[in-house]
Amino acid sequence: MTARMDKRFADLAAQGRPALVTYFMAGDPDYASSLEIMTALPKAGADVIELGMPFSDPMADGPAIQMAGQRALKGGQTLAKTLQMARDFRRTDDATPIVLMGYYNPIYIYGVDRFLDDAISAGIDGLIVVDLPPEMDDELCLPAVAKGVNFIRLATPTTDDKRLPTVLRNTSGFVYYVSMNGITGSALPDPSLISGAVGRIKAHTRLPVCVGFGVKTAEHARAIGASADGVVVGTAIVNQIASSLTEDGKASAATVAGVETLVMSLASGVRAARLAAAE
Amino acid sequence: MNQSPNLNSFREGPDEEGRFGIFGGRFVAETLMPLILDLQEKWNAAKTDPAFQAELQNLNTHYTGRPSPLYFAERLTEELGGAKIYFKRDELNHTGSHKINNCLGQILLAKRMGKTRIIAETGAGQHGVASATVAARFGLPCVVYMGATDVERQAPNVFRMKLLGAEVKPVTAGHGTLKDAMNEALRDWVTNVDDTYYMIGTAAGPHPYPEMVREFQSVIGKEAKEQILAAEGRLPDLIVAAVGGGSNAIGLFHPFLDDKGVKIVGVEAGGKGLDGEEHCASLTAGSPGVLHGNRTYLLQDGDGQIKEGHSISAGLDYPGIGPEHSWLKDMGRVEYVPIMDEEALAAFQLLTRVEGIIPALEPSHALAEVVKRAPKMGKDEIVVMNLCGRGDKDIFTVGKILGMEL
Repeated sequence: MTARMDKRFADLAAQGRPALVTYFMAGDPDYASSLEIMTALPKAGADVIELGMPFSDPMADGPAIQMAGQRALKGGQTLAKTLQMARDFRRTDDATPIVLMGYYNPIYIYGVDRFLDDAISAGIDGLIVVDLPPEMDDELCLPAVAKGVNFIRLATPTTDDKRLPTVLRNTSGFVYYVSMNGITGSALPDPSLISGAVGRIKAHTRLPVCVGFGVKTAEHARAIGASADGVVVGTAIVNQIASSLTEDGKASAATVAGVETLVMSLASGVRAARLAAAE
Repeated sequence: MNQSPNLNSFREGPDEEGRFGIFGGRFVAETLMPLILDLQEKWNAAKTDPAFQAELQNLNTHYTGRPSPLYFAERLTEELGGAKIYFKRDELNHTGSHKINNCLGQILLAKRMGKTRIIAETGAGQHGVASATVAARFGLPCVVYMGATDVERQAPNVFRMKLLGAEVKPVTAGHGTLKDAMNEALRDWVTNVDDTYYMIGTAAGPHPYPEMVREFQSVIGKEAKEQILAAEGRLPDLIVAAVGGGSNAIGLFHPFLDDKGVKIVGVEAGGKGLDGEEHCASLTAGSPGVLHGNRTYLLQDGDGQIKEGHSISAGLDYPGIGPEHSWLKDMGRVEYVPIMDEEALAAFQLLTRVEGIIPALEPSHALAEVVKRAPKMGKDEIVVMNLCGRGDKDIFTVGKILGMEL
C-alpha cells in the first residue's frame, strides 16, 4: 500500500535522516531462516525491506545475488511462498514497508491480477521489477498503480534529463537510483558523483531518492546518506548470509546473527549521515 | 491466443513497440533502455539508407560469397523416392553458416553508432566465430560468452574464435549453455553501455533485434525464391528449416509467408524425447513467458523459472525461441515439429553418404523432417530446405556418439 511507504519516508524526513533500505533473497537458504532474517531486519535498524523474488535467470545481478537466488530455488522457494513470507512477517510488524524486487516472468506466470491481489493481502507496499522499463508499463505498472501498489522505478547513469520524466511517470513510493551502469555487487563509485546525480533527479521529482549498488559498509552508508533520502544495501547482506552457511549450504547459528550485526552497523552509518553532512 | 485470422499479410510485424501480437517487446533493465532506443533509431535510418544497403551487399557478395547456391539434391531425392529436394546452401558461406549474414549487418550498424567493442553470445560457436570474424575484419575487439559445456563440446570453434583474436569467456552458471551465455552477455552490456555493441546471434531479444536479425537473414529466403523460380518456374510446396533461436528459419521463411501455396515447417530439437525434460522444443512443449528481453514461448516450470534444455546440437540448446516464430505458430502460418537427437544423427549420416555433404547437427534436424515428409509427397512436388551450417565443428561430437576414435 502506498500509505505505509509515504508515512515511513515522511517520518524519517521529520527525523532528519535517510532510510536504510535492506535487500535479501526470500528463501535463502531456506524459508524459516529467511523469515527470521526478515523479522530481525527492522529491529536491527532497517527502515524499508526489499524482498528478493528468486528467478532462474537474473540478468541484472552479479554472482552474489545469482547464487542467493539459486540457493532459494533449490530450497523450494516459489513466488507463492515469497508472498506467504510477507504475510507471516506482517503478523508482528505492520509498519515497515515491504518492496518485492525481482524479474517479471514469475509474476507473469502467476497472473498479474491474481499476483496484485495476493500481494496486497500479504501486506506488500511496492514492486521493483527490473525488466519492466516504462515502455512496458501496460504489463504490470499501470495495474499495480490502479490497485494502490507503489511501482518503484530504477534510474541509472544512462537515464539522462530527457528520459527522466519518462522514468518518473507512474513511479511512486521512492526512486531507486542505481549508482552505476552494471550489475549488482560492483564497486561503489565516488560519493560526490552520487550527490550530483541525486540532485539531478530531485530537480524532476518530489519523491524520495534512494541510492544503491555498491554500498557495503557503515562508512559507505554514511557517505551516500549525506545526499540521498535512502541507502540501499543488498549484496553485502546476501554475502553475509552466504558466508555464514555450513559446507552443505545450510543455515548456521551465525546466519541471522551475522545479518543483525551488519545491519546494526549500517544503521549507525545512516544515522550519522546528516550529522556528518552538517559538520 | 490467436489474433484476427483476416490479416492481409504475415509480413508486417513487428509494430512500433516491437510486438508480434502478444510476443516480442522490450523487457530490459532501465540501464539498457536508452541504448535500445538509440539502436532502434540508427537501425531505422540504416535500413532505408542506400549507402548502408550497398555496403552490406558488397560484403555479402565478395566477403561471404553470396548468393549461396540452391542445389538440387538428386541422389537424396532418388533415395527418398518422393518430392524433389533442394538445399539452400548457406553452409558454403564464409565461416560455414548463415550467421555471417547477420554479423556483417550488425557490425556495420555498430560502426555507425560509434561503438568500439563487440560482445556476443554463442551456443554451437557458429555465431561466435562469425562475430569474431567480422570483428577481425573491422578491427574491433570482441568478447564471446559461451557456456562451459559448449566450450567443451565445440572445441574446434573455440580455437577458431581465439585464432581470430576474440576472447572467449566460458560461463559456468546454470548448465553452461546458450541461455547462460546470453545472461552473461547482457551483464557485460549493462556494465559497458558506453562503448559496447551487443551482437545478438539470433532473431530474439529486445526490439529491434528480432526484426533486425530477420532482415539481415532474409537474404536467404529472397535468394531462394528467385533461384527456385529460375530452376523450376514455380514456388516450392514445402520449405523447412531448423529452429533454435530461429534466425536461419525466419530468414528463409519470411519472404514466403504470404505465398499461401507454400507450406512452412520449423523443426525444433526434440532431444531425448518430449516426455522428459531433455529437449529444447519450446514451441511444441513450452508456454509463453518473458526472458532475455522478449515475450515468447519458453520451457519453464509452474513458478515461471526457466528450465535448461537439452539437445545433441549446441546451436539448438536454448529454452526460448524468437518472438516472431511464437506469433507464426499461434497464427497457424508455420507448423513447428520436434526431431529427436537420434533422428538428427541418422539424417547427418545419410546426407554425408548420399550427397557428400557433411551438415551441421542443427540443419540435420531439418533434414530428418524432410526424410519423413518427402517420401509421402509426389515426385512433381518441391521441397526447399535451409542447409544453414556445415558439420566440421560437429565431427568430434558425432564421433564420440558413434564410438569412433578421432
